[in-house]
Amino acid sequence: MVRYVVNRLVQAIMLLVIVSAIGFAILHLAPGGPLSQFAVSAQMTQEDLDRVTRQLGLDRPLPIQYLDWFGRMVRGDWGKSYRDGEAVLSVISSHLGATLELMVTATILAVLLGCWIGILGALRRYSLFDTLATVGAMIALSIPTFWFGLVTIYVFSVKLGWLPAGNRHTIGDGSLLDLMHHLIAPAVVLALVETAMWGRFMRSSMLEVINQDYIRTARAKGMPEWRILTVHALRNALLPMITVAGLQLPTLLGGALVAETVFTWPGMGRLFLDSIGYRDYPVVMGILMFSAAIVLIGSLLADILYAVVDPRIRVG
Amino acid sequence: MADDTGKLGVGALHLGIPNRRQFFQLGAGAAAGWTLSGSAFAQTERPTSPPDKPRGQVIAALSQEPTVFHPLMPGIEVDQGIWWQVFSPLWFIEPDGKFVPDLAREVPTIENGGLSADGLTWKIKLRNDVKWHDGTAFTAEDVKFSLELINNPDFRVRNRVGHSLVKDIKVVAPDEIHWRMEAPYSPYMSILSLTFIVPKHILEKVSDPNSTPFHNAPVGTGPFRWAERVPGDHIQLNAHAGYHGKGPYVERVVFKYIPDLTVLYTQFRTGQVDYTGLQGILPNFVQEAKTLKGRKIFVSSTSSVEHIAPNLEFGPFADRAVREALYLAINKQAIIDALNYGLPTQTESFVPQQAWSFQQGLPQHKYDPAKANALLDAAGGTRGAGGVREKGGVKLEFTNSTTSGNAVREQTQQLLIQDWRAIGAAMRVNNMPAAVIWGEFWQQSKFNSVLVSVNFMLGSDPDVTPRFGSSAIPAKGGRGFNTYQYRSPEADRLLAEGAKQFELAQRKTIYGDLQKLIRNDLAILPLFQGFIAEGVKEGLQGFRPNINTSINCWNIREWYWA
Repeated sequence: MVRYVVNRLVQAIMLLVIVSAIGFAILHLAPGGPLSQFAVSAQMTQEDLDRVTRQLGLDRPLPIQYLDWFGRMVRGDWGKSYRDGEAVLSVISSHLGATLELMVTATILAVLLGCWIGILGALRRYSLFDTLATVGAMIALSIPTFWFGLVTIYVFSVKLGWLPAGNRHTIGDGSLLDLMHHLIAPAVVLALVETAMWGRFMRSSMLEVINQDYIRTARAKGMPEWRILTVHALRNALLPMITVAGLQLPTLLGGALVAETVFTWPGMGRLFLDSIGYRDYPVVMGILMFSAAIVLIGSLLADILYAVVDPRIRVG
Repeated sequence: MADDTGKLGVGALHLGIPNRRQFFQLGAGAAAGWTLSGSAFAQTERPTSPPDKPRGQVIAALSQEPTVFHPLMPGIEVDQGIWWQVFSPLWFIEPDGKFVPDLAREVPTIENGGLSADGLTWKIKLRNDVKWHDGTAFTAEDVKFSLELINNPDFRVRNRVGHSLVKDIKVVAPDEIHWRMEAPYSPYMSILSLTFIVPKHILEKVSDPNSTPFHNAPVGTGPFRWAERVPGDHIQLNAHAGYHGKGPYVERVVFKYIPDLTVLYTQFRTGQVDYTGLQGILPNFVQEAKTLKGRKIFVSSTSSVEHIAPNLEFGPFADRAVREALYLAINKQAIIDALNYGLPTQTESFVPQQAWSFQQGLPQHKYDPAKANALLDAAGGTRGAGGVREKGGVKLEFTNSTTSGNAVREQTQQLLIQDWRAIGAAMRVNNMPAAVIWGEFWQQSKFNSVLVSVNFMLGSDPDVTPRFGSSAIPAKGGRGFNTYQYRSPEADRLLAEGAKQFELAQRKTIYGDLQKLIRNDLAILPLFQGFIAEGVKEGLQGFRPNINTSINCWNIREWYWA
């Protein structure tokens, strides 16, 4: 088991290095740069731009810039934002809390609701509920998050006035209740696609399990149906969901990016978009590395957990 | 200028040309600002009876996040919104173009001895009752330090235009500073009106002027002091009780960052924000916004001019007749009415119509495809395959680029394609994200043509040497932003003459001639003068759009709740 974990860990680190090199190259080779935002304003001239470019070290060869950045990164210095001069790690941490709030809430909603829908759909296969759940999932997966967010704001904020039209909290009110009030709409919007995914995966997994011989045997032995479902079926059906949870992280991060923009939620997703727009290389690279690490850790944990519960994986 | 009925107040502005004395009385020893008709401001609100003590808060929504708080470093328009509240310049410029002393006791003029007759010696008397937010007294040393910091080669300064001419700075008293200019440079008065003074006692101690805690916790002499910043969300400033000027009248101002303009408008509509600042309300929402209860909408002009930027070194555009034909074939009114809801004003100049330097009576654009066709026929272009004109093997075919995702500009491009196809010109769209198009593509003149909005003014001064001077072409190693690659010995002569001239009447003539020249050469194809629609909650008094600043919330110190 230890060997398995070490192997996976080494693979993950190598992947991170590759991601950093490709990300750095793509970002820096893309036309434009961090100073292009000043080019239509009369505030700066070409000479000013050239001077600032030199001061930021952006005129050096790309491999030198990469090695310099990489060397500092492994020593814990992720650089400073070109926009506000803040240390990258500090910029990321100042946005991380908001994203985690959103992602955790949305995940809890999605897992609870998605699993319930999936289990019920599997147990009542081809019933009206199952059909509606299937159609609903297809619709949820097809709706653009951006559009759904705007519709939610229009209906629940503009028309009904029940929910705030965005922001993380009311200015001057830092209470938990206020935060939860603001969290409802973006979390539901973000959870929509996740719920559909969890529902579909759970349904398939459950169907596979309840058609197994040992379930039939349990029934033949006269075991109560609730016990068959919770002790035998559900536990086994939930096993593949560990992998699903790991794989869902990138989707969740992508969804958060859109939800944060629509609901003016000051999280990592919006920071990423802003930073790309400004070509704030240090912050973009920081978020890229951070996200890649999260996804790899998520995937690694899922693999390890799966190996723990299913020893065949380790052998294979 | 501003109008809460939705109509732009950009009509004719006749203040007459002041004589030399009047010019310097305006505090415009070098540059001068804008002149505006009195009626243009009749409908804006001015503080009449502000409270005795600061009361309440203002939540100002901005579609871009302010991130640069050191007012001498490279920043964008939105950052100025913070600088105006936290810092003070020596003098500032009012919407009507007058320079008003701020840290200075008076605006230097030849009459009051602040300026020598040749414009080379500047003597500034400063207020002695000003305190930094940390309680330290403001002195002439701070002004000296700020000017020297700007010229420090190791400092990542925004620009040194004008400042680089400042020599021999002498502090003669804690409240008086003198310096000498290497050469007379009249736009410097205007440049100083947007140069915020920074504290010596904090910044002189740092080893690297580009990276200090001050960058994220600025200390100034302005009406509001720094309170907190939640990155990606908001910035809070609190009233500075010891402010040397009038106000502030609100306890705190919160700048709320809302990147999406639709969401920004929605939050204004639902009452979550009190003011919609940069970039304001989208044109398609303006009519609806005017019907909202408890809200006032101001539509005002900006200094930017929306235009088609031709690359004058690119084949067909090198021919003036082609440029004129293309200009005649543009249905400008359709662009203004159909795509911009009739909000902007047509223009023929790079100078905003409210400026003292604006040249009246430039040839007016007329939509005339027949004349355009005739011009191209006369120029020898014949229609080839697909109806596209060709001359000497060169097709009248080009690309037009703008920022992708800008819906109105993308629709404008569709109209241009239609208009120009009718005269045998083929335009293709080649749009790019902002960070791409305004990079090397724009800076090194790699485009055929670009649809862009540019503020050509240097502060409030019409010195456009960085935009139209022959030595300002970056693609040819020049220092400036003449990406059009416009070259004219006559324009160079006028620009040099205007920058060293201190007589307003003569400056007006010089820059008038320059506008005629640029219009005649069609160095740019101007479409309209920029505009912004901003919303303010009813009861919030003091909002005064100022075309001389980058952002209309420049004077929150005057705002109060009625």
